[in-house]
Amino acid sequence: MTENLNVFAVRTLTQKEYFAPGHRSCQGCAEALAVRLVAKALGRNVIVAAATGCMEIVSSPLPFTSWRVPWFHVAFENAAAVASGVESALKVLMRKGRIPHKKIVTIAMAGDGGTADIGLQALSGALERGHNMIYICTDNEAYMNTGIQRSSSTPFGASTTTSPVGRVTSGQMTWKKNMPAIAAAHNIPYVATACPSYPIDLVQKVKKAAAVEGPAYVHILSVCPTGWRSAPELSIRLGRMAVETGVFPLYEVEQGRYHLSLDFPKLRPIKEYIKLQGRFRHLSDSMIEEIEKRIHQEYAQLREKSGKASYEE
Amino acid sequence: MGKRVGMEVSIAAAEAVKQANVDVISAYPITPQTHVVEHLSELVANGEMDAEFFCVESEHSALSVCVGSEATGARSFTCTSSQGLALMSEITYIASGLRLPIVMVISNRTLSAPLSIWNDHSDVMSIRDCGWIQLFTENGQEVYDHIFIAYRLAEDREVLLPVIVNMDGFILSHVIEPIELIEQEKIDRFLPPYQPLHRLHPDRPVTMGAFALPSIFAEAKKAQEVVLRSSLSQILQTWKAFGDMTGRYYKPVETYRTEDAETLLITMGSFGETASVAVDRMREEGRPVGLVKLRLWRPFPFDEFKKATLSANQLVVIDRAVSVGGPGGPVASEVKAALYGEEQRPRVYNFVAGISGRDVTPQDYVKMVDKAEIEIEEGNREGYEIYGVRE
Repeated sequence: MTENLNVFAVRTLTQKEYFAPGHRSCQGCAEALAVRLVAKALGRNVIVAAATGCMEIVSSPLPFTSWRVPWFHVAFENAAAVASGVESALKVLMRKGRIPHKKIVTIAMAGDGGTADIGLQALSGALERGHNMIYICTDNEAYMNTGIQRSSSTPFGASTTTSPVGRVTSGQMTWKKNMPAIAAAHNIPYVATACPSYPIDLVQKVKKAAAVEGPAYVHILSVCPTGWRSAPELSIRLGRMAVETGVFPLYEVEQGRYHLSLDFPKLRPIKEYIKLQGRFRHLSDSMIEEIEKRIHQEYAQLREKSGKASYEE
Repeated sequence: MGKRVGMEVSIAAAEAVKQANVDVISAYPITPQTHVVEHLSELVANGEMDAEFFCVESEHSALSVCVGSEATGARSFTCTSSQGLALMSEITYIASGLRLPIVMVISNRTLSAPLSIWNDHSDVMSIRDCGWIQLFTENGQEVYDHIFIAYRLAEDREVLLPVIVNMDGFILSHVIEPIELIEQEKIDRFLPPYQPLHRLHPDRPVTMGAFALPSIFAEAKKAQEVVLRSSLSQILQTWKAFGDMTGRYYKPVETYRTEDAETLLITMGSFGETASVAVDRMREEGRPVGLVKLRLWRPFPFDEFKKATLSANQLVVIDRAVSVGGPGGPVASEVKAALYGEEQRPRVYNFVAGISGRDVTPQDYVKMVDKAEIEIEEGNREGYEIYGVRE
């Protein structure tokens, strides 16, 4: 039922594009789709502070721009700090009567490297200070812009150019950093996970994030065919499979309360998801089992936090 | 004339930031910058100043916040020292490339290691080429005055560049000096509210911070180089306007008793006042020694500097930073480069002195002049040494 609604309800979204077509992202880039949906969700009264990364490079080759809303790129690690400055300036200039009062949403946008690695300190500072802004992390699980290097958000087992498969190790040997939990630990009013394969869910969450007073954090899984070594036409399906296997559950944390957006009585076998991606091609059945065990554990913990009764596997 | 009040120079700097009606202040504490932002936080906490003041989690974010707020059209301020400046150095280059008129006070302090909280110019010299207008001050009054001068200059539509006001840490920042405060009405006329050329606002969307391919980068950089160089005329105009308001006229290169001088001391920052005492003593002894003080470091005032120095036989350049493995201190390098094209040029002897806040007394300047004159006499034409090292 939900699935059907999601398929047809996209037509209820605005036809207006604020992230214009013609940008230079790869075929099947779900990150560009995520950004497009975020922009649609918020409309024109926004200011975007973007970190260095794929979305910056594909959208802003001087003298061109794909942005129909005010957009600002400064550096890699400071999107949250720059957005803090934007938000503070809007506040003080409206208070002093130098610009008219109106609701303008400040957005910081960064990839997983710009969020979970180099930008974590600036993000933590901004969340702690309580700026009224939305931080969007578009997570494609590695440094794709520089050529698929591992980040702390790369999943266990994935092969990247700096976590290669060698005679001794088999790709990334650490587990994905839990960024939404880190954001939620700041006791901010709103944290959510989303995926452009569920566009209506994504748009609703971004709108909710804009409506709360104070900082909101939205973590968006963004399938990257180039880095995941997957077929571009499978990006939407892979996003759905990430959710259905429990690899990337969709949930919200509102004022500290967890709520699963989609709950699966039985998770799809993780093997189906893994087998569609070249970055995991070297994984043995036993390694896949190990990953699945951990994913199921984490999913069960999340269900518990969301007040769901545990179920037999 | 304004009221003369005895106050710590850091407090005077903060009072100037208040009078300049700054909108956003972000800062991270580092010695010896702290008194400036402590006082600003008090002013905001007491409602004496209407600004967004917040403490960020690093200097990198302190300047990043200012970049964000300035791009949104708010007059922005930060202040740092030493390691803090090193941490924010990445963003200093971006702020100027984006033509954002931020003003920053640097309470100059030594860069580690060894760790030292005391004064020298190694911090700001590490970002020499960051594209900001860079001024050095000699006393508290100059610090206070240059906050207003810096904002008016930075926000000039012909300039639109960030400005650094250097004040020597502790030597200036922590001393109490008589400061002549300027009436608020005068400041308001001198420095009207900031009207940005472009700002981040949905009513007129702009993209800022686009990346450049090699096919356009050189043109963008050249434009920045042209504007920094040509800002000199606006700098002179701004000083003129400030002088007309207060009676205190500033110049890019100040001279002291340089008439008929054969030897000139060259200093930058708080060295100047002590050096002038040394010059007085040497003049009393009948020695033809004068003093040239650089106030403007970027853009480097080549013509003014040459005019002030070309008639001398020798220049004794006192640096407050080491360019390790290089040709000498950074000021001496610049001085030599400025004079190189001249047929007849004075010889240059370079001392690095006062690093990590070691005292440089009037007697030390006399000793340095003595040593330089002997060395040059003996044919050591391009000498360089770190002064006063126990070996």
